[in-house]
Amino acid sequence: MGYFDGFKITFGKLFKGTRSGAVVTVPYVKDSGPKREKPVRLHGRHVLNRYEDGMEKCIGCELCAGVCPARCIYVRGADNLPDDPVSPGERYGFVYEINYLRCIHCDLCVEACPTEAITESKLFEFSFTNRRDAIYTKAELVVDDDGLPRNLPWEDWSDLEKVAGDSSAWVRATAPSGSAVYEGVVGWSGELGFGVKEPELGQTASEPQPEAAAERDDDHDDHGGHH
Amino acid sequence: MILGLDPLLAGEIDLAVVLIVLLKVGVSFALLLVAVMLMIWFERKLHADMSNRIGPNRAGPFGILQTLADGIKFFFKEDLIPDRADRKIFILAPFLSMVPAFLTFAVIPIGGVFTDDKQGAVKLFGHYTWLQLADPPIGVLLILASSSIAVYGVMLAGWSSGSKYPLLGSVRASAQMVSYEAALGLSVVSVVLLAGSLSTHDIVMSQAGSGFGGIIPRWNLVVTGLVPFVIFVIAGTAELNRPPFDLVEAEQELVGGFHTEYSSIRFALFFLAEFMNTVTMSAIIVTLFLGGPAGPTFFGPDWMWGPLWFLAKLGLFLFMFVWFRATLPRFRYDQLMDLGWKVMIPLALGWLLLLATINIARDENWSLPLVVGPGFVVLVGAYALLNSAIRTAQKRRDDLTKAGS
Repeated sequence: MGYFDGFKITFGKLFKGTRSGAVVTVPYVKDSGPKREKPVRLHGRHVLNRYEDGMEKCIGCELCAGVCPARCIYVRGADNLPDDPVSPGERYGFVYEINYLRCIHCDLCVEACPTEAITESKLFEFSFTNRRDAIYTKAELVVDDDGLPRNLPWEDWSDLEKVAGDSSAWVRATAPSGSAVYEGVVGWSGELGFGVKEPELGQTASEPQPEAAAERDDDHDDHGGHH
Repeated sequence: MILGLDPLLAGEIDLAVVLIVLLKVGVSFALLLVAVMLMIWFERKLHADMSNRIGPNRAGPFGILQTLADGIKFFFKEDLIPDRADRKIFILAPFLSMVPAFLTFAVIPIGGVFTDDKQGAVKLFGHYTWLQLADPPIGVLLILASSSIAVYGVMLAGWSSGSKYPLLGSVRASAQMVSYEAALGLSVVSVVLLAGSLSTHDIVMSQAGSGFGGIIPRWNLVVTGLVPFVIFVIAGTAELNRPPFDLVEAEQELVGGFHTEYSSIRFALFFLAEFMNTVTMSAIIVTLFLGGPAGPTFFGPDWMWGPLWFLAKLGLFLFMFVWFRATLPRFRYDQLMDLGWKVMIPLALGWLLLLATINIARDENWSLPLVVGPGFVVLVGAYALLNSAIRTAQKRRDDLTKAGS
């Protein structure tokens, strides 16, 4: 009676508490107390990071927009005013928009960014109710003065404290600042505006030493004074 | 006199009678809608249980209001009509598939007292009546006819969408439904043959009362010898386009099948019709083969037991349909056609002939074993012949393909 064995199996699953009837799915977190641990590499909603002195990291280079497979990022750069710069460098991101109806959270923008300006947080509970809300503007993406993302009205961040410390989910395939030292090595940087991820296997916490980093620090000092 | 032989309509027709009929219309309409709502929830929940999932659990206790929430949501969704669609037919199609679903339920007896020579009549506001909306003398034909009309809904939906996947789905649907309708009809004929009537009420009446040995009920399931019942269940599943016969909307191949281009409440109408047909088909099976609402009464008012028996039997088949869905993988198209034309139709036809022969033998007082024995031998012989014909054709086709390549 091989035909009916299948029916026996599905019927057996009806009885919970038996091994064959054990439920493998779990209810949504809110039913069962605190939110679940997020995987380390979870890709959530983006943030635009700032340096410690408040300068924006984004230099308006549009590499993220160029690499985006979903074409959800729109960037327009503008020249910094010499007496009131927004970012350390010539240009800054004047317009920065991400359309979350299109974003697939592939993290390629993070890979492409030369200044670690854009990273992904672990926050994923943002259910907007209209298309306008789906487009996050620069004002919404840039972290606030504490270095934490801005909480928009439709976003549920009740576990922000838990994920804030470990939320960049950022693993680069190339050197953060284009340093030749990191060729062929999966790089890692401890310096991010929002959250710092622990190094993974084969990575070291050492900063990319050479010129690039040093230069950037110089920039830092130059403009920091004005700010 | 399409409403038929109901004692309510036999006498003078006054306002009270009209009101009672209207009440019955309202009740059967509401009952069907609520049944569909519960059926969708039941199916999702049970299917989830059978595949180690949880199923809907957000809206209401055990997610029982999920269907309601979905329905309300559908009303607010954007209603898209593709540019290349044939607008009039595109709009008409969902109704063509839903109205027959409602119509069919009108002839299903959902209650009544079938003990003590009461003939299924129930006293309602001082009038004796049957607990079914209409009892036309051609009830069974109405069921078959409306299931045929429902095919038009599916077919026109696919055709008018102006898109390839719906068209493929609807071509499959029409082929499938036409071929299984033959087997479905032939197994119904066995029942009609024994009941001697096309009226659903009469068919239930013929199955009421104590059966063989006082234990086995006199259901057509037993009387017709199980085979028509099995054929009817299989052909009915195919007619409903339910798994394992859901080639019409095979998600993996045809996106959504015939309703791919439908959105908003139009899509919901198809969905509703599909589940309504599931409920109705179960009710038809119960009516034709399991004695409908007829059953023993134990305590309390006797009118209470009719609907109870009906619902119990109905639930059994609803469970069965979900069980099928959770268990069986989808047929391939050629397997579907093979099963329909080469197994089900010959079997149903042969069994019908056998039953008819037995019927005549009984009327003419012939010796039953003498008739059944040779009859059976003839059937087996005919089946062997058919099989060899099919195999020869298959072999010839294979040779041709080989020669061609």
